[in-house]
Amino acid sequence: MNSAADFTSQDSATRISVGEAITPESLGASSDPAPEETARYALLLGDDCLILAQRLGHWISRAPELEEDIALGNIALDLLGHARFLLTYAGSAWGKSEDDLAYFRSEEEFRSCRLVEQDNGDFAQTIARQLLFSFYTYELYQRLVDSADTTLAAVADKALKEVDYHQDHAAQWLFRLGGGTEESARRMQAGLEAVWPYLEELFADVEPTAALAQQGIAVLPSSLREPVLHRLRTTIEEAGLRVPEAKGALGADRSGRFSEHRGFILAEMQVLARQHPGATW
Amino acid sequence: MSNEKPDLRAVDTTHGSITEQAQAAADDARVGWEHFQQLMEEDKRVEPRDWMPEQYRKTLVRQVSQHAHSEIIGMQPEGNWISRAPSLKRKSVLMAKVQDEAGHGLYLYSAAETLGTSRDEMYQQLYTGKAKYSSIFNYPARTWADVGAIGWLVDGAAITNQVPLCRASYGPYGRAMVRVCKEESFHQRQGWEILYTLSHGTPAQKQMAQDAVDRTYGPALQMFGPPDADSPNSQQSMAWNIKRFSNDELRQRFVDMIVPQAEALGLTLPDPELKWNEERGHYDYSDLDWDEFFSVVKGNGPLNHQRLAHYRAARDNGAWVREAAAAYAAKQADSSRDSALLSA
Repeated sequence: MNSAADFTSQDSATRISVGEAITPESLGASSDPAPEETARYALLLGDDCLILAQRLGHWISRAPELEEDIALGNIALDLLGHARFLLTYAGSAWGKSEDDLAYFRSEEEFRSCRLVEQDNGDFAQTIARQLLFSFYTYELYQRLVDSADTTLAAVADKALKEVDYHQDHAAQWLFRLGGGTEESARRMQAGLEAVWPYLEELFADVEPTAALAQQGIAVLPSSLREPVLHRLRTTIEEAGLRVPEAKGALGADRSGRFSEHRGFILAEMQVLARQHPGATW
Repeated sequence: MSNEKPDLRAVDTTHGSITEQAQAAADDARVGWEHFQQLMEEDKRVEPRDWMPEQYRKTLVRQVSQHAHSEIIGMQPEGNWISRAPSLKRKSVLMAKVQDEAGHGLYLYSAAETLGTSRDEMYQQLYTGKAKYSSIFNYPARTWADVGAIGWLVDGAAITNQVPLCRASYGPYGRAMVRVCKEESFHQRQGWEILYTLSHGTPAQKQMAQDAVDRTYGPALQMFGPPDADSPNSQQSMAWNIKRFSNDELRQRFVDMIVPQAEALGLTLPDPELKWNEERGHYDYSDLDWDEFFSVVKGNGPLNHQRLAHYRAARDNGAWVREAAAAYAAKQADSSRDSALLSA
């Protein structure tokens, strides 16, 4: 890559340093490969972030205002960053790269929850999805920082600061739309109703999460239900909206067997990489 | 024009007669004009509160808002690849890049607002198709290599154009350009690096890179605008220290820059006439297809309709959100006024 490096020294405005790949060192985490079960847990957490980043990225150039193109893009970038940490760590267990895992796993191998797979819908539905997911991840990472696994703890520590902004962004829009016009309140309520059935899946004690929670590595999903629901209820009521009554949709096991969205999301995300297997980009 | 006599009672005469006031206004304008001329002669900056000729203001609003619109429409061709970027690193870099473009749009709209045109007014001009934006964005980003070609050639041409604009006489514009140029140089480097990776990858990847360069080269050279002889506004912009070099000078500078870069990439530029001219100390290149250029400017490019429809859909679909945000802000302002009254 000598010629690439030379390019920066030419007389142009292009004087920049080469970008750095994410390394465990940059997180201050262990560079040991992840144990098998921990890797499966990291994959589950990473898939949520990756799929939501994929969904949110669609808003860039389509948002209601220029500032929101930037804000939603920022959140998508943060989530993609979290996904990259988590997938890289997960892949260390099996000698796989983040891209192997993102681009060359099939639908049945993903572990994303259905909440993040839901359509963007209108802006209100996207905000509703953001509200649920960011409140959940905030509570999750707040506990995961104490994980016995130092890498997961370090990722959670980094992500927590960013997710704090994400939940603020979602809550501020919830207030604006809930207290804005009649139409915005109606749409915000409809957005909440649309995503609410997929909230429950976040609290399902699937494996290997439950077993890892016993060892102090993972956070037991069901332990998050009360704190997340409590904060969601309070915030939604403060916005002058109703807390949806819908029960959790059946099939809350992250298997993908009960999702029609996942296949389309992956088809689009993976298409180019799969046309050129083994290629470097 | 009404034939009625003006109602003189409405005229403020506390500061002298109408004639005296007119004289004072003329004196102010003369002082402003002299100050402006002096700034031009000394190559200094004009700031928003300085007097400026109306035509100078109009030229700047047109140029700065067109630049802002180009950033906004320019989000679309690359945005098209965010969902399909072939690696997570590329996806992340591309997302950051398109987001930067939204940021550039913001700086530039803000700079134009200091000239007295609101962002909404500029949005409206883009929405109705009255405002122009860079024609290059009316071409499709069909393959992943287009993301590289846009970065290398389109952002490269933009930087060549914009680096001298950092010294533009209008302060807010020049300062916005400093920031824009810093980020654009990342973009150009990223584009070049995408193409470098492709041209050193599989044969299919290399072909993809060559194809994108073949399609982007001509339109990128046209980004500098028509040849000097057909660019009537350039002279005035140069006299006002907005533009520092002519279209053809900048185009030549760009060609001279990209020829060795293309060699380093291992890709060819689609012009058989391209060769070093020892005498001129520059590369010679073929005439460009200006009929095509003007046809795209007039709205007949491959994607003019699609780009505008995408923009309009985003504005239309977001209208209820903006209304809600405004209504909420108004309610908040009312309630804080009420509580201020209660506590008074």
